[in-house]
Amino acid sequence: MAQTERPNQLFRNLSAKIAAIPMIITAVVVFFGCTVWTIVYSFTKSKLLPKKIFETTDLFSIPVPEWIASDGALDIWMITGIVEKSFVGLAQYERLWSTSRWIVSIENLAIYGVCSLVFSLVIGFVLAALLDQKIRFENTFRSILLYPFALSFIVTGLVWQWLLNPEYGVQKIVRDLGFESFTFDPLYNPDIVIYGILIAGLWQGTGLIMCLMLAGLRGIDEDIWKASRVDGIPMWKTYIFVVIPMMRPVFVTTLVLIASGIVKLYDLVIAQTSGGPGIASEVPAKYVMDRMFLAQNLGQGLAASTMMLVLVLAIVIPWAYLEFGGKNKNV
Amino acid sequence: MTNVSVRQLDLRFGSVEVLKNLNIEIAEGEFLVLLGPSGCGKSTLLNCIAGLLDVSGGQIHISGKNVTWAEPKDRGIGMVFQSYALYPQMTVKGNLSFGLKTQKFSKAEIERRVNEAAEILQIKDLLGRKPSALSGGQRQRVAIGRALVRDVDVYLFDEPLSNLDAKLRTELRVELKRLHNQLNHTMIYVTHDQIEAMTLADRIAIMRDGFIQQLADPYTVYNKPANLFVAGFVGSPGMSFLDGTLSEDGTSFTFGNATVGMGDYDGQQNDASSRNVKLGVRPEHIIIHTEAIEGVTIAAELDIVEALGSESLLWLTSQGEKISALVNADDEYEAGSTVHMEFNIGKSSLFDTKTEKRL
Amino acid sequence: MSDQLMALDGAQGPKPKKRFSRRNIFIYGTLIVVSLYYLLPLYVMIVTSLKGMPEVRMGNIFSPPVEITFEPWVKAWAHACTGLNCDGLSRGFWNSVRITVPSVIASIAIASVNGYALANWRFKGANLFFTILIFGAFIPYQVMIYPMVIILREMGLYTKLGGLILVHTVFGMPILTLLFRNYFSSMPEELFKAARVDGAGFWRIYFKIMLPMSLPIFVVAIILQVTGIWNDFLFGVIFSKPETYPMTVQLNNIVNSVQGVKEYNVNMAATVLTGIVPLVIYFISGKLFVRGIAAGAVKG
Repeated sequence: MAQTERPNQLFRNLSAKIAAIPMIITAVVVFFGCTVWTIVYSFTKSKLLPKKIFETTDLFSIPVPEWIASDGALDIWMITGIVEKSFVGLAQYERLWSTSRWIVSIENLAIYGVCSLVFSLVIGFVLAALLDQKIRFENTFRSILLYPFALSFIVTGLVWQWLLNPEYGVQKIVRDLGFESFTFDPLYNPDIVIYGILIAGLWQGTGLIMCLMLAGLRGIDEDIWKASRVDGIPMWKTYIFVVIPMMRPVFVTTLVLIASGIVKLYDLVIAQTSGGPGIASEVPAKYVMDRMFLAQNLGQGLAASTMMLVLVLAIVIPWAYLEFGGKNKNV
Repeated sequence: MTNVSVRQLDLRFGSVEVLKNLNIEIAEGEFLVLLGPSGCGKSTLLNCIAGLLDVSGGQIHISGKNVTWAEPKDRGIGMVFQSYALYPQMTVKGNLSFGLKTQKFSKAEIERRVNEAAEILQIKDLLGRKPSALSGGQRQRVAIGRALVRDVDVYLFDEPLSNLDAKLRTELRVELKRLHNQLNHTMIYVTHDQIEAMTLADRIAIMRDGFIQQLADPYTVYNKPANLFVAGFVGSPGMSFLDGTLSEDGTSFTFGNATVGMGDYDGQQNDASSRNVKLGVRPEHIIIHTEAIEGVTIAAELDIVEALGSESLLWLTSQGEKISALVNADDEYEAGSTVHMEFNIGKSSLFDTKTEKRL
Repeated sequence: MSDQLMALDGAQGPKPKKRFSRRNIFIYGTLIVVSLYYLLPLYVMIVTSLKGMPEVRMGNIFSPPVEITFEPWVKAWAHACTGLNCDGLSRGFWNSVRITVPSVIASIAIASVNGYALANWRFKGANLFFTILIFGAFIPYQVMIYPMVIILREMGLYTKLGGLILVHTVFGMPILTLLFRNYFSSMPEELFKAARVDGAGFWRIYFKIMLPMSLPIFVVAIILQVTGIWNDFLFGVIFSKPETYPMTVQLNNIVNSVQGVKEYNVNMAATVLTGIVPLVIYFISGKLFVRGIAAGAVKG
């Protein structure tokens, strides 16, 4: 029998491979390449120096947007950045961790993160459990609880900025009711400003958590409920000792989603407080943006963004390991 | 003349060997059934023949051509799937003509072939309908039609009747047999249903763990199973196995305190590697007597009687061995009583305990 | 046997139900209170936007407008100022449309083909790239933004519409690819095999078999992308310039500008205007939206 030449493996399913080129480029160049670039250059003494746009053709001088925030509005102008190749080891990181603005950012993130996690999980679960009681108007309630998620952080932030405005908002209304000394001005009080942002964040995000939890509850075998009813176990006990343990995967996934979302917190702060009063509501994502594009200190921006990456990896890697470690291959 | 030839086929997924050095020659016009439990590699083998899976080693020849690396469409095959796999958004006619259109046949030729297939399968009235408006049996006819219009040498069936209910399955089974008789194409048919295998096949290949255990006509498979696995897998209710020893001269078999004469045995009982053997008897090859016959019958406890309708299945215990026997439903037996079994040795099988092969 | 005469004493027929049991009052009470809380900001937004400035200063943010005026809306749409431009949010609206439409089309086209290739044409290494992609969904954008700026500049696309579309396509890819891959994987594999035996190739199967079957998932993807891209702020502020800012960026600049007197009613009108598009999509699409965000939750 004549043996025909084995076709080149590279050209098998050629169309499929050609079609996947955008994905491959994205994965390799953007998600892998850009991340590595950022990490590598966070060890250099790169800086940004204001220069005129496109004045130089040097590959390592980059026109980047500069934000002129003079009047509170963000506007971007072009300046030229200097990416330096001289390595300075951990100098950028040492400087980063001795900057009070960064420390405040991290503290804010920690407070916002912990509160946001706890409250979204608890509120989300309780609301889901209430909606799961075979009630009437379930769809109406769900639509109401979820609609804020359709809105952008900018819109959310601006609405709550208005609601929390001490001159016109909630504080004024309570005072008008006769409580003259009532104070509730989180956005103007550096000590509690992060909670003001938290209120808006929870308003926007809990609907989603509720939906995920509701899906998880619906996924639980109806027979569990029948069995506990026959056994005469009170509903709250069934929830705590049977249902919640069964929903562990849903909780873990939700937790990872909330957590990786928290690290990206940025637009909401911009809209609500622009980081103020002072630097009281700074967050890491904003710090990075400011260093990169505003304060002309690229090295700091790169180092801070690398720290953000480390933070996310600390959340995602253990989760991915737990979730997919056992059965590898399938993502 | 050989039509499909599988030579030294290997298939690995990573480190898992699914098929190992597999060889089959299938003659033109033959109806070959691949039978086995799930996970035995029968569907995998079919997918390899179809070209839907890349083989790791060996060759596949169809109609004299080496198609080991050919695309599925270039192999001259038609295929019918378990889930029918009809294109849901196309009409029946669209389903039948999709492949022909892809291969740029003329309109007239497509029309002719579709009509011909629809005629054979009696689905002419359904041509304008969508698959969702068809019953399971009709869908499977369309799926068969889609393979037929390709007008090829070899047809592959991947458990085509498994999704149908029992009654329809029987009907379509007969129809498939008729189709094969009428068209005389080579057909390779995967199933885990032994009745389908027995009724349809010219030859059955029984597979397990990627190996072919036995390749023979249905009669041989049933009456002279090559090994313990085949014996146990084929036949329902299943064969009973008795652990025992063969006498030195091979003329008698002893289990517990009971001895059976092996004079009528159809095989080479003296080839056994040791005297330890298993005797396999099918339920219908046991005759039940109410009175003992000296030197012929063996006493047994009757545990349970299962009425199957036309027959009754008796669950017996004798010398610590579980045995089942089929009897006429009209004969009345009482659970707990003692009965006497006579084995039809000429139809029984002896297996070497060590190699598990039939002697 | 006749049991017609059997007496029916005690409990019989349907069990009486109390409409106002304690349990129901608790459940509905809680849900109604929570719903009111969730609706409050929307209400305040709309109410404020319909008041004149004097009324805003005098009154209570919760009270309905005494005199309804649409002037703030007109002003927000056509006259509000950001920096030197005083043509209102309309500019941002059209910019957002110009950004969203092509971005949605490009990102879905590419991601659906990716998902299809991953689900049905597993080739060597495909899973590696997919894993990187999924990990990419978790990497904060801040990590990749600066090199992206460099890349786009080198391609001559920086601050151009094309650049922003590219950015949205790239960063929307992980979640959309996952969405499509899972959808195509859930379709019977035999369908794909049947089409291959029928001689159809990569593109023919995609267009003739897969596309017609996957309308629902395309709708989900469109909802996900339209709201996601419309609501984007980060990429808008980095990868475009003042003349081409999307609506969210322009809105922020209008409201948070410290120049001049704060016009809260105009600000709220502008905010409502920006929120209308995703809200309309949300209320029209209903359950599909839920499916979309459940899938898109990773995007955070």
